[in-house]
Amino acid sequence: MSGATTASGATTASGATTASGATTASGATTAAPDAAYNFAYLDEQTKRMLRRALLKAVAIPGYQVPFASREMPLAYGWGTGGMQVTAAILGSADVLKVIDQGADDTTNAVSIRAFFARTAGVATTESTAQATVIQTRHRIPEFPLREGQTIVYQVPQPEPLRKLEPRETETRRMHAMADYGVMHVKLYEDIARHGRVTLAYDYPVLVNRRHVMAPSPIPAFDNPKMHFSPALQLFGAGREKRLYAVPPFTSVESLAFEDHPFHPWKADCACDLCGATDSYLDEVIIDDSGGKLFVCSDTDHCATRRAEGHRGAKAGHALTAAE
Amino acid sequence: MLTDAPLLEAKTVSLRFGRIAALDEVSIQVWPGEVLAVVGESGSGKTTLLRVLHGDLSPDAGQVLYAGRDIHAMAAPDRKWLARNEWGFVHQNPRDGLRMAVSAGGNIGERLMAAGARHWGNIRAAAIEWLARVEIPEDRIDDPPRKFSGGMQQRLQIARVLVMGPRIVFMDEPTGGLDVSVQARLLDLIRRLTHELGLASVIVTHDLAVARLLADRTVVMQQGRVVEQGLTDQVLDDPHHAYTQLLVSSVLQA
Amino acid sequence: MSLPAIEVEGLSKVFTLHLQGGSRLPVLRGAALAVLPGECVALTGPSGAGKSTLMRTLYGNYLPQAGRIVLRANGTEVDILAAGPRAVAALRRGTIGYVSQFLRVIPRVSARDVVADPLRANGVAEAEAQARADALLARLNIPERLRRIPPATFSGGEQQRVNIARGLAWPYPVLLLDEPTASLDPANRDIVVAMINEAKARGAAIVGIFHDVEVRARVADREHAVAPLAEAA
Repeated sequence: MSGATTASGATTASGATTASGATTASGATTAAPDAAYNFAYLDEQTKRMLRRALLKAVAIPGYQVPFASREMPLAYGWGTGGMQVTAAILGSADVLKVIDQGADDTTNAVSIRAFFARTAGVATTESTAQATVIQTRHRIPEFPLREGQTIVYQVPQPEPLRKLEPRETETRRMHAMADYGVMHVKLYEDIARHGRVTLAYDYPVLVNRRHVMAPSPIPAFDNPKMHFSPALQLFGAGREKRLYAVPPFTSVESLAFEDHPFHPWKADCACDLCGATDSYLDEVIIDDSGGKLFVCSDTDHCATRRAEGHRGAKAGHALTAAE
Repeated sequence: MLTDAPLLEAKTVSLRFGRIAALDEVSIQVWPGEVLAVVGESGSGKTTLLRVLHGDLSPDAGQVLYAGRDIHAMAAPDRKWLARNEWGFVHQNPRDGLRMAVSAGGNIGERLMAAGARHWGNIRAAAIEWLARVEIPEDRIDDPPRKFSGGMQQRLQIARVLVMGPRIVFMDEPTGGLDVSVQARLLDLIRRLTHELGLASVIVTHDLAVARLLADRTVVMQQGRVVEQGLTDQVLDDPHHAYTQLLVSSVLQA
Repeated sequence: MSLPAIEVEGLSKVFTLHLQGGSRLPVLRGAALAVLPGECVALTGPSGAGKSTLMRTLYGNYLPQAGRIVLRANGTEVDILAAGPRAVAALRRGTIGYVSQFLRVIPRVSARDVVADPLRANGVAEAEAQARADALLARLNIPERLRRIPPATFSGGEQQRVNIARGLAWPYPVLLLDEPTASLDPANRDIVVAMINEAKARGAAIVGIFHDVEVRARVADREHAVAPLAEAA
């Protein structure tokens, strides 16, 4: 299990320490919650309201359920929707992972993880395999999710039709009537203009063959992971006050044309640090003369592979020392 | 042959807006393949009648039957399906019937896509074919209608409406606001397409010349009531009702 | 003895002019007429007597207040006043043709298409319809360069010839001709007379108004006088 050290001496998948400073059997660590807050910050009535909305969302896959979004201690646009969903489902035995564009170590991921550690006292981890709840901004982890895990997406714009139809009254009617012609028009226009669909993220999907859904700004590359995933997928949009869900083992199909099928695009090379050829890559500019690296966006995935001995073209680069 | 049922029928349809009787026991029939003009001045109720026939407005009394089915009694999704697949509506202002930011090809293809068409090449081919039928040059297929003249926008609207092969088309003053020469071109197009496609059509117009040119039968409305109806040339050449006689005598001769 | 193709009984037509205070203008009272297949009847009488009114009533263009108009053709018998507007529309397609005094010009429709329309309406294939229209227009001395343009700019005589071609393009069993040779020169008048006689020969029942006495003599089998009614108060 994790918690071991790699050949290079770096530590993987660590978290905060327990009350006694000990490490649990799974390697995740916890601290006592801050008694000034209710468990996971939100009051129980709010959590009940959220859970009712989530049940409705699970019952109608892909359908946007309005909810009374609460004031959170951070501004709209910073993940308040995802946090409210996480707060509603978190239990003291859960192990929480938080990622932002695939990384556990960006400011937002660190802050949100610390927030729940402090208000709920739950164990936290950077390991996808160990987590029971994963809150994510704009990526799905590379390591396949399993039954029993829940992934919570932060969603800026829950309405996939919004850019094409500004009227809320109209979009609600369109969903009710499954009147989705305009969505395919958008793809048609893309192909007419560029010869192919250029939509690279927040690529619309048809859920359970009924509702068109915005998967949040995950790269199109991640869309196939949603299809028949064993995990429960929950989506929260705090500013727009909507949540939606995809229950486990539900069909999620990216919209496409027969003669222009969906293509999960990624950079046509391998990770320069761990050599992975099947993970989504970030392009990192490393100097002023345009030098760049392509690195796995999923930091846990990359670190785990390096710990297992995989090496990329630029293995040992200074980037890895920053961890 | 003449015992076939009407495709669309309004039976004593009435509708009030507050104290005003917008429609007062209006009964009309439209048979497959025929063009019916509804003429009258502003306030006659002709546009209200069109909206009731198309299902946008519900009458207070009476029924609208399409192929024998009461369109206001059916569930909204069923009516919506008919509106998308068997009916067409051409608005007076093409901006009301088009997506101005979507290309001409996208406008025509949208209905096909909404109905489940998923082959990009075929959708584009259908759009090209329809642009040709409404005399819009093929090289405009990727231009949005906000770059078109009014007449071309109206022709694009007609293509968008006809691409699904509706059985009946409703037109609200289709040539209103267009220059005379542009009108002539549009009317000719409507005339030819309705005949070629065997479409039934209900055309609301205040312009008797449009009725004369396009319609087999004409209904004259005044203050929410049908005051006269019959073959177009008979209604215009041998008007019986005082109001019809007034309308006919008011037309300026060029 | 065959039955009349056109049988009119007790036809009465009164115009009520609401814009003139509702004054009534009776034009026909109890008019009767019978025309056999292959027969041409010329309506005669002074101007304003009601000849055109009678003709337009037969076509369904005017609605009478009373009477019976029975058409027998193509094995069917129809009382057009009882049958209603759609029956009349159906009859106009294949049974009863009308050559009016004026050509109604539709913008952008070529002379050839004007003449081909009735053929198309009766199911004739496009190429054949155009060919037959061409032949008819050629016979009436409308040159090729005029056939492909709309007749709006034609002279009165040219428009009349297009009108006649349109009226005679389809072999209607019943033909109504209102001054078909007015505005025509002698040569073209002869051609039209020949065409009318050809229609008679194939069994068409024809009702016509011919001011030209000579034309009347060459086509009409008999005359039917339409007498003006005294004006009512």
